[in-house]
Amino acid sequence: MKIVVCIKQVPDTAGEVKFKPDGSLDRAAMLTIMNHDDKAGLEAALRLKEKYGAEVTVLTMGLPKAEDVLREAMAMGADKAVLVTDRVLGGADTWATSTTLAGAIRNMEYDLIITGRQAIDGDTAQVGPQISEHLGIPVISYAQKIEVEGDSVIVERQYEDRYHVLKAKMPCLITALAELNEPRYMTPGGIFDAYKKEITVWGRKDLKDVDDSDLGLAGSPTKIAKASDKVRKGAGIKVDNLGAAEAADYVVNTLKEKFVI
Amino acid sequence: MSLDEYKGVYVFAQQVDNKISNISFELLGKAKDLAKDLNTEVAAILLGENVKKLADQLAEYGADKVIVVDDPALKIYATEPYTHAVCSIISKFKPEIVLFGATAIGRDLAPRCSARIHTGLTADCTVLNIGDFPLAPIPGHEDEQLHNQLLMTRPAFGGNTIATIACPDFRPQMATVRPGVMQKIEKIKGVKANLIEFNPGFERNASYVDLLDVVKIVSDTVDISTAKILISGGRGVGSKENFKILQDLADVLGATVSSSRAAVDSGWTSKEQQVGQTGKTVRPHVYFAIGISGAIQHVAGMEEADIIIAINKDSLAPIFDVADYGIVGDLNKIVPLLTEKLKKAIAEKEEAV
Repeated sequence: MKIVVCIKQVPDTAGEVKFKPDGSLDRAAMLTIMNHDDKAGLEAALRLKEKYGAEVTVLTMGLPKAEDVLREAMAMGADKAVLVTDRVLGGADTWATSTTLAGAIRNMEYDLIITGRQAIDGDTAQVGPQISEHLGIPVISYAQKIEVEGDSVIVERQYEDRYHVLKAKMPCLITALAELNEPRYMTPGGIFDAYKKEITVWGRKDLKDVDDSDLGLAGSPTKIAKASDKVRKGAGIKVDNLGAAEAADYVVNTLKEKFVI
Repeated sequence: MSLDEYKGVYVFAQQVDNKISNISFELLGKAKDLAKDLNTEVAAILLGENVKKLADQLAEYGADKVIVVDDPALKIYATEPYTHAVCSIISKFKPEIVLFGATAIGRDLAPRCSARIHTGLTADCTVLNIGDFPLAPIPGHEDEQLHNQLLMTRPAFGGNTIATIACPDFRPQMATVRPGVMQKIEKIKGVKANLIEFNPGFERNASYVDLLDVVKIVSDTVDISTAKILISGGRGVGSKENFKILQDLADVLGATVSSSRAAVDSGWTSKEQQVGQTGKTVRPHVYFAIGISGAIQHVAGMEEADIIIAINKDSLAPIFDVADYGIVGDLNKIVPLLTEKLKKAIAEKEEAV
């Protein structure tokens, strides 16, 4: 079985968020990590590999420094890694990202493609389903459990108040939830091996069956009209020196003034 | 076909178990605003089996027409037949805008549709309006500025940034919208739907998957996204048992108990009660943040509340930066007293009436 796992290097938005002196977000100063949902997708692929035997290839699109997450993935146990990087691919929205990744995957053999549900920087959850559509294969989003049965996958697909147990014939694409599993750590031997392995680097010319008009900023149907760091509403009144009873009275009076009670 | 020929604001009216999801009514409320600005109509897309009888509800919440695809293939949500139905409707009716809920269904269906149609899709929007793109004309290129564009605003980077996005060159303009953010209109009782039946035909293909089982997760918690008053607790509450004092306060006010992610992760509250970036967005009339430090991911989910009251012993907690009324103090002492005093105040008021 051949599994392709799409992963993304993202700023650690849940960690320490850094700001420049002018109040804007300092992305360069923030740590980068492997996106959580993607890491769970990789872990799921590695477990399938251990159980059924598989070759796991990790794929990312990004700047050359995105090599770091591919090394991390190989240190966890991925067999091969492909980095798609090219100046003309920059500024891509989810449409142009998905056409790029689909163009790369068309060069590969695959039974199963796993992506994370969503990345913590964009939070869109769009790229996985869009890749599946470009490739004309079924998609199962929001996977909380993945099993293989013969030439099919059996997946628990999460909804707000239920889950569906779905069976899809491979090849298919699954988007993984972070709660799917607890990803393993890199091993020292794995880290050592990861730096000996080659990373395949592809550019625009290596993408199969993709038009220039579907790539990068120019090929993105959505355009940013305005982007800004969030301006939050200012703080209100803070009372700091009341006893508990006075504080309770203060809240009661506030609720009365605002006609809540 | 020129982009100007695409007309109408369409809403994917999600139903589950033949019950229309609340998000569908919220989307209709927003669609009505947008349609007014564009001088066009609002249409709802209703998919399922035996769903025709639900159409009047959509009319009561603002749909000028309801396009129904009633077919056994659509009984339970599945990506491929739903994508086929929505894309067939888009090809036939040519709407200029299509809105979906940012639900576990909408966030699967909308991207698959956008890829099939080749148009843009903006995820998890919190503000939608009609305006110009670019926002300001470029000097010397004033006549290139486009009007009547859908401007879609959404948070990103875990709520740290906010972006406004347009889709100037493709139609329809599509967005998913976070539940709990848009306001539904006052129900117009008794309005009958202008029903349009349509069926593109469904034939199994390689993208179909088999449904083996549906497992419902029984939960007795109230939906926090529709509550008028939320009593929300965080790590500072200290234990599952201590959430009792929040529940007591909630009972007096007819409120619902919600929580931060820290409380969910500690096993004190359930995932359905979680407010924030990875939980639910809420906009109650009053939001009590009790023992919640106010991490940016939490604030992103509750800052639209009308009145925010924070109680925290740490005077430097970031929750005080967004609170309208911040009380520095020990929640274990203040909350039970507050419950007692509110009980008394409400009783006095009732006597006076």
